[in-house]
Parts: sequence; structure tokens; C-alpha cells
Amino acid sequence: MAKRVGMEVSLGVSEAVKVADVDVIAAYPITPQTHIVEHLAELVANGELDAEFIPVESEHSAMSSCVGSSATGARTYTASSSQGLALMHEILYIVPALRLPVVMTVVNRALSGPINIWNDHSDIMSERDIGWVQTFAENGQEAFDLSVHAFRVAEDHSVLLPVIVNLDGFTLSHVVEPFEILDRAEVAKYLPPYKPVQRLDPEHPMTMGAVGIPEVYTEAKKQYEDALVRSKSVVIQAWKEFGDLFGRYYHPVETYKTEGAETLLLTMGSVSETAMTAIDKMREAGKKVGLVRFRLWRPFPFEEFFEAVKGVKTLAVMDRAMSPGGPCGPVAAEVRAALYDQPTRPKVFSFVAGLGGRDVQVSDFEEIVSRAEKYAEKGAPATYDLIGVREI
Amino acid sequence: MIEQDLKDFQKITQKSLPTFEGLAQGHRACQGCGEVLALRQVMKALGPDTIAVSATGCMEIITSSFPQSAWNIPWLHVAFENVAAVASGVEAGLKAQVRKGKLPEKKICIVATAGDGGTADIGLQALSGALERGHNFVYVCLDNEAYMNTGIQRSSATPYGASTTTSPSGKHSIGQNTWKKDMPAIAIAHRIPYVATANPAYHVDLMNKVQKAKLINGPAYLHIYSSCPTGWRHDIDKAVEISRMAVESRVFPLYEVLDGRYVLSRNVKKPIPVADYFKPQRRFRHLRPDDIAHIQSRVDADWEALQQKVAATNPAPPEPEAGSNKKEE
Repeated sequence: MAKRVGMEVSLGVSEAVKVADVDVIAAYPITPQTHIVEHLAELVANGELDAEFIPVESEHSAMSSCVGSSATGARTYTASSSQGLALMHEILYIVPALRLPVVMTVVNRALSGPINIWNDHSDIMSERDIGWVQTFAENGQEAFDLSVHAFRVAEDHSVLLPVIVNLDGFTLSHVVEPFEILDRAEVAKYLPPYKPVQRLDPEHPMTMGAVGIPEVYTEAKKQYEDALVRSKSVVIQAWKEFGDLFGRYYHPVETYKTEGAETLLLTMGSVSETAMTAIDKMREAGKKVGLVRFRLWRPFPFEEFFEAVKGVKTLAVMDRAMSPGGPCGPVAAEVRAALYDQPTRPKVFSFVAGLGGRDVQVSDFEEIVSRAEKYAEKGAPATYDLIGVREI
Repeated sequence: MIEQDLKDFQKITQKSLPTFEGLAQGHRACQGCGEVLALRQVMKALGPDTIAVSATGCMEIITSSFPQSAWNIPWLHVAFENVAAVASGVEAGLKAQVRKGKLPEKKICIVATAGDGGTADIGLQALSGALERGHNFVYVCLDNEAYMNTGIQRSSATPYGASTTTSPSGKHSIGQNTWKKDMPAIAIAHRIPYVATANPAYHVDLMNKVQKAKLINGPAYLHIYSSCPTGWRHDIDKAVEISRMAVESRVFPLYEVLDGRYVLSRNVKKPIPVADYFKPQRRFRHLRPDDIAHIQSRVDADWEALQQKVAATNPAPPEPEAGSNKKEE
């Protein structure tokens, strides 16, 4: 039976991994991911979860061990953050190429330098093109639900790709929230045992990770890109079934008070809840504003996004990462590129805020909306606005 | 403990060589490659119930150019520096699934292979982690003493005095100006149950060591000498001859370390001069007699140190172990 608990969100993620009955966890500690893997180690140690816990010596080895484990057909999980994710970078591309359904929680944290352990999205935005399915959680319940959903999507035979669930470091990972955790029997109805299509097996020898010469490399890339694009329907279907079973429905693009809105804010992750408060306040003041959030980041949800911004004049994108020397924040760049060929499209303005744990408040969203509306009327700077920066 | 693991050990002899081939012919190795010879012997001794994981390197590229594969056993390649970590995952994945009843109980050997660069340089951290954690797997370093796949660049396993493309000999350079990293000693420092050196010119000894490594529970490390005609610039029909000279000159001693006990596999009583070993290899041809004398003194000292380790860890006089061939002494 599902039970409602007050629990630290990190521990909730570990509980989701437990009820998913993973076989292998390979992880290396990094703030703010630590509570997830500590709790998993504890669950394995006290017999609540029958899994091998590999306490690897680096994140590079964590992801490498996940590849080895998943290649044997084991349900495999890891979690990381920031520098750890960056250290995995090389291997991250190889996992989808081998079509291995590894699931990873990325507890989003700023990348050095300067070294900073607090939240932003610079870690994951550097991993945009790794070929994994990527979702973003906004609160504890979503962190739990998306973690269960991740295994279901990853292991679907028409997908067979790794999945990342993003959640914000500290501001989400370390807060205690009330949420409902499902038990094993309930999850078993939703998540069948993993049946690998191919695995390392001496009875049926196969070569995995062969050299891709120029004559085959492009086709190999195309194959898993196709799988990633196709995965969107599985992601959506798996969310629908989750909703039908457990009563909580999720969508690739979520909207809030977008009816009749002329200006939309676009956010990802846990700041969205602050943004909602800002929207409520501005709506009360008579402003025609709403909020749109990406829950699914890869594959990019084009149709759902176009639908969400249809008829809107101004779109203010809040990025939590910089692209130094570039035209705008990474999410704004994607949004602009996606909208460019649309017959009608909103004007897109790029704002970067909340870097390295800098608090993003309701007033910051009000400032973003008012600047965006001003730019829509009078023209904007060529690049982006860095919100809340103190000029020295 | 090691005795218990080895109770089913059946010594391979020249007459009972395994007929199994884990690595098929028709791969793309250079003519006269000593490394692929060693790899073939390793796979013969391991047999069909094996999962092989290769690091990026010569052996990976010559065996796996899609859509062709030289592997008759399940094989996985991921990247360069992580083969020991990948093997750790394979081991854990099988272990968990067998315990949870998802896979039948069956003894499968997991072997990780890498070159000297993938072992002593870029892969050292992952290897150390896997040895320390105690995974049940066999790690094989195929040591051809430089980065041959990328074009003969020096590694920390390149011997002193060897000319490579990044330690070239010249007016101001002797070539490699550092001494070869002692990888087996690093493996031994992890106090794993089995460490051995081997050489494909002594194929029976090599295969028996592979068999022991396979049977022993826990990590086993094999350091295998692998001559490289392309990188060492020796004639393509000389791989076995040069490999033999490496042992006979005491440059590459053959020994085992079983639970900390050192056993010489081949006691070279009348060594040939190091100069003779260097002569057919053009990577050493720039060395002057005093350079060679300097290297000879180091080889002598290393041999003496090894003798002392054997004496210190064997209370009784050591007996010759599997593979030593007295007849040839």
C-alpha cells in the first residue's frame, strides 16, 4: 500500500530505487548526491534491498561499472552531481550507443570554478547531447515518481536507452517534504522485470562496443538517435499508465495559468514552484502572464512546447546555466532554435539566474517578466540578462 | 585459501594444450605481433565460459571492426582507462542476478585486458579500485612497453633507454629517461591472492598461470610481456625469439606471487647479456656501451631483489612451480 510520509527527498529517491528492485548500484559520493547513495548502501546493508553496491573509486568508474553491469542484463542505477557528472562525461555517450537502460539521478549542482556545491543547472546543461532521456523533477513526489518512471521507459524494448532524472541540489534534494511512496507490489504492476534483448552470455557470445568505422559510424548514431526520438511516445504512455494506476499525471511540458497569457515564463526544476507564486501575484495584479516548464528535456518535446506557447507574444526563458561568450542561456538557445521555423512565434528573451545556489525569489521573476515585456516593446540586448548580479 | 581454490587445478602440458580458441584467426594485428599471440594463449586457457572486457588499444581495434569480430566469446569494449571498472560491473551484475535467481548458477570467468598504457598510466586508478574492492576477475596487462596503437608514444612502462616518438633519442636525449614502472609490485601491494608475470614464448607456463588466475577466488593480476615488431622495430619473425631473450637476460623475470609468497617460474642461472637482448631491437640501437652497462647493473640489482623476496617469503627451499622447464635451463 502506498503510504504518505514526511521524508527527505533524497531518501525518497532511494526508496524509489529500492521498490524498483535494482540489481546493481555503482556510486561515488559527491555533495549533494550523497544522501541518496548513503541510504541505498544502508538499504543493501540491512537486507531491505537485494543488490550489489559497488563503492567505486570515482564517478568515471561508477558509470563504467554501470555499463558492465547493465551489459549482463542487471537493472542498474547510479547517482551523481556536478564535477562527478563531468568526470563521467566520456562514458555517458557510450551508454546509449550500447543501448543500455541505466538509470541515473543527477542532483543538479554548479560546476567549478570557482568550486561551489550549491544548485544550478550547469552540470546537466553540459551533458545535453549525450543521448539519454532526461526529465526534471520539481518536488519530492515528482522525484519519487519520475525515478520509477525512468526504469519503465529505459527498459522498454522500443527504447533501451539510459534515463537521467534531474533534481535540484539542496533546494530539493535536502528538503523534507510530505509525499506518497509506493510499495514493491504496487510498483511491480507498473514496472515488469527487466528482460534484456541482448546481454553478455557465454551461451550466446556477442561483441559489444565494436569499432565504428566511417562507413558505419553515421548509421550507428542515427539508430540510437531514432530510438531517442521515438522514446517520447513511450515516455508519455508510461506517464499516462502511471497516472491511471496511482492518480498522478505528468506531461512533457507542464503549464500553469497560461490561458489568455501574453507573456510566459519558462523554467525547469524546483524554481518552478517559486515561479508559480510569482505568477499568482502578477495575475492578481492583472498581468496576463503564465508559466511553462519542461519536464521532458530530452527528447525535446517539440509539439507539446509549440502547443504550450501558441498565441503568446513574449517568452521569458530563465536559464540556470551560462554559455559564456554565446548568444544566450542553453535552454533559451534551444527554444529559439525550435521556434525559428514556426510561422508564428513569441519573441524569446534570455535570462540567467540562480547560479551556484543564488536564491531566486518571487521578485526576481517579476523583474524578469517586466524586463521581457519592455524588451518586446523596445528591443532587447543582443545576448542575455544576468539577474541579480552585483556589479563590482 | 588459495590451496582450496587451486584444488581442481589441472596442469596444462605441451601434450594437453587447450584446443578452444576464444580469439579467432583473421584479426587485423600487424605481422609478427607478440601481443596478439599472448592474447590468444590467454583466451585458450580461459575457455568458453568467459566474458572478456577489453580496454581501447591495439587488441581492441584489431579484433572488433564492425561488422567483423574475432571474438568467439562474449566481449565488451567501453573505453580506454576503465576496463577494470567495467569488469567490476560485469562481475557484480552476474553475481546479483544469480543470487536473485534471475540467472542460473554457473561459473563464468571475467577477464579484463589492457595494454601497458591502459594499465600503468590512464587505467591505474580504475585497476587499483577494482583490486582493492576484491572483485573476482582476472586482469591481464599485455605490456608492449609503449602506446603502440597511437604510434609508439612512451608510457610509464617503457624501459629506460628506449626510443619512442615522444621520448626520442637525440643529441640531448637517451630516449626514455625514466625506469619502467613496476606494475606487478603495485598489484602485489593490494594484497590480492594472485599476481604473476608471463611471456608467450613460454606458452605452457603462461596458460597454467591463466588457469590459476581463473580458479582463484578474488582478483588476479597477470603481467604479460608482449613484443611489438612495429614499435620496437624488430624483424617480424623475431617475436618469440626476442620474448625468450627478455627472460634469459633477466630483463623480464617470470614469477608468481601466491598470497604474498614469491615463486620463481624460471630461475635464470646463466643470463645472457642485456646487450644481446637489445641488439635485434632498433629502439635501443642508439645506446652506447656505458648506457647499456648502466642498464645491466639495474637489471642485476632487480634480479637480486627478486631473489631476496623469494627467499623472504619461502621458509623452505622453493620448489619449481608449474610451467618451469628444467630441461631448457
